[in-house]
Amino acid sequence: MEINALYYLIPSLIMFCCGLYGFVTRRNMIAMLISLELMLNAVDMNFVIFNRFLFPEQMEGMMFTLFAIAIAAAETALAIAIIINVFRSVNNVDVRELNKLKF
Amino acid sequence: MESVGSIILYVIVAAAIIIFSVLAVTTRKILRAATYLLFTLFAAAVVYFMLDYEFLGAVQIAVYAGGIVVLFVFAILLTSHPGHSSERLTSKRRVLGLIASVAMLCVTGYSLLSRCGLFAAKPEAAAPDMQTIGQAMMGTGEGQYLLPFEAVSVLLLACIIGGVVVARKR
Repeated sequence: MEINALYYLIPSLIMFCCGLYGFVTRRNMIAMLISLELMLNAVDMNFVIFNRFLFPEQMEGMMFTLFAIAIAAAETALAIAIIINVFRSVNNVDVRELNKLKF
Repeated sequence: MESVGSIILYVIVAAAIIIFSVLAVTTRKILRAATYLLFTLFAAAVVYFMLDYEFLGAVQIAVYAGGIVVLFVFAILLTSHPGHSSERLTSKRRVLGLIASVAMLCVTGYSLLSRCGLFAAKPEAAAPDMQTIGQAMMGTGEGQYLLPFEAVSVLLLACIIGGVVVARKR
């Protein structure tokens, strides 16, 4: 058995689809953010896999993933700040309840 | 030809990624979803280690597992009751999500499998060492990343200020 790029791409694809399913079905904002993180991580894995298998002497994919991880951390921190602020003003994090911009 | 040990490790990691990412989006307790997300991120870090990117795997564990998941756990504990289960999904919502994700899986999986002849075995290459990575991040030449590095540092500063301003008590 020889492990080629396909063997790594398939789990990453399934991870992305799980993230998609969660993003459509979840109603809690934090659970939606968790699904978003799954999708981001699947894309990061794809960058690294293609870098390693197709261009092993360069490291563009690895650097892209490094910056993507940093940006994901920033995005999550800001999103959680916004969610906590929303929770403070309407006492709920369910997206069905949050249908007005200003209270 | 891979050694038996690396094949066993691969099977474990692939199974962990699939199982825990499915559990992370289907469990009804949100704190458990965060825990399954943590396991998925660990499995992704193991994939990076298996592909010889040790630095990237360390960054993945430190930033994602150490930082982001802790933020998630704090936010969950601040905004919802820990033992609380989310209500059962309506079947319409679930069917919509299943259609979207299965369509994505079929289209992308078909296009991957139909081109599986393109993928060769893992080429032999030396893992990028720390000195190469450091010089690539700090250099201004071709294939070096000083400008994105500085842009990310400004972004993080803006994010710190934004987080404090948005979440402060009025």
